Amino acid sequence: MITAVELGLIYAIMALGVYVTFRILDFPDLTVDGSFTSGAAVAAIGIVNGMPALVATILAFFVGALAGVVTGLLHTKGKINGLLAGILTMIALYSINLRIMGKANVPLLGEDTLISPLRQAHLTGGIVSVLIFFAVALALKFVLDWFLHTDVGLAMQATGDNEEMIRSFGVNTDNQKILGLALSNGLVALCGAMIAQYQGFADVGMGIGLILIGLASVIIGQAIFGTRSIFMATLAVIIGAVLYRVFIQLALNAGLDPNDMKLISAILVVIALVLPQWKGFSRFGRRMRTITAAAEKQKETV
Amino acid sequence: MLEVNNLSKTFFAGTVNERKALRNIDLTLSEGEFVTVIGSNGAGKSTVLNMVGGKLRPDAGTVRIAGKDVTKLADHSRARYIGRVFQDPMAGTAPSMTIEENMSLALNRGKRRGLGLGVTKAKREQFAHELASLELGLENRLKAKVGLLSGGQRQALSLLMATFSGPKILLLDEHTAALDPQRAALVARLTDEIVNRHRLTTLMVTHNMEQALKLGTRLVMMHDGEIILDLDAEAKSKMTVPGLLKEFEKIKGAQLDDRTMLQ
Repeated sequence: MITAVELGLIYAIMALGVYVTFRILDFPDLTVDGSFTSGAAVAAIGIVNGMPALVATILAFFVGALAGVVTGLLHTKGKINGLLAGILTMIALYSINLRIMGKANVPLLGEDTLISPLRQAHLTGGIVSVLIFFAVALALKFVLDWFLHTDVGLAMQATGDNEEMIRSFGVNTDNQKILGLALSNGLVALCGAMIAQYQGFADVGMGIGLILIGLASVIIGQAIFGTRSIFMATLAVIIGAVLYRVFIQLALNAGLDPNDMKLISAILVVIALVLPQWKGFSRFGRRMRTITAAAEKQKETV
Repeated sequence: MLEVNNLSKTFFAGTVNERKALRNIDLTLSEGEFVTVIGSNGAGKSTVLNMVGGKLRPDAGTVRIAGKDVTKLADHSRARYIGRVFQDPMAGTAPSMTIEENMSLALNRGKRRGLGLGVTKAKREQFAHELASLELGLENRLKAKVGLLSGGQRQALSLLMATFSGPKILLLDEHTAALDPQRAALVARLTDEIVNRHRLTTLMVTHNMEQALKLGTRLVMMHDGEIILDLDAEAKSKMTVPGLLKEFEKIKGAQLDDRTMLQ
């Protein structure tokens, strides 16, 4: 179960990326299935060829961002529907990822990665590594929170909220969308690089269905914790990502076939999307939100 | 300040639905002039406004703001010169962002947006000061999401956001039409105050003849893509609603006669 929490905290980085497109820009971006693997591939090939793990991981971020830019250009300049633009980049990336790796699977056994010091000190699967991964996810959350409150970040929020209005204040919304997609896919690729190092290999199929995990994390987290402020929303995303992993682990423990996991993911997302529309649940959700809102208010007055 | 020359626009050109929205419109606003535009549906009022704002491109003609030709600039590129308030109270603000965040978006009209914080203590004080001029108590609700405000409050906020960062031109597109009479009166009064305070060059489209007479320093009546009446401040102050209707009937009647003659 600790492993599930660890994995969830790493996947939270990807979920933060999905949050930027799905919630901030209101753009369902399917590029992530491809850019996640790109991040893993770039990091793995970099590390195997002697690049320092940190450099390879940062490089993965920028390769992911580039994939986001391509989707952004297809959508804004090519006037291609957002969903289709994401799918096009995702499919193209499949071939590109194979080119980067040269084969379908690149093992990282015995290489120096960002995770290997933890493994050697036998800290993985324990409270220390959970705290470290939590700190990393929190740090990225705070950077994202800060960014979304800068002048550019506010313009990006407004682009997803009321496009015509923010254009009337002189913002080029095309550029904002491209920037948001770059940021989002950068985070997703960064997550891919971390996962490759955590599991010890990069695989060309590791990103398939990833968007569902991202959406499930964002939706589960926000259904429970609400979206009152950016601070709460991004925290909810991280917790959602961990909860998703825990649910999957519980399903596996209950004896379900690992090959059914994609089906279970899809069902989870459907439940998370449909359930809040039902009366009983919305009452529960509202009560949860009132509790958290009241707690926050108390904090403010203190 | 605003110069519109020979502006023409035809929608659905070359089809059975072809409609001439504007026929060679000329309109010049000197600095500080507040022009109200009235006319029936399809007269071309909103088309003129959308061309000045950059949402539509003319087939022919030019739009100049403070001497600069902006005809080919996209809407967001000319936004630094133009403040806009839309008819829909929901259109001028970002609902899921807070009042202070919306004010911050407006403060940076047409500027390069960097990585500085959008809302700082100093800016918050400035926003509170500006909001206090609306006398709606919004200065005490800086952290409230704009989606929680009523239509009238949102429209008043839109008006403030469109004006406080010093645009050269203010465009008002029937901005009181979607409000109940009481709120409409409030927003109309605020419009008058704000335009006078900043001495803004303003183009206001309205359906409400009484409002068109009450507000502004000049009145323009449009019909069928043409300007058919242009009253300066003095003529406007003597004009009444029945007077306007009579003028309208007279000119429209004459035009109808022309057409029947041609057929």
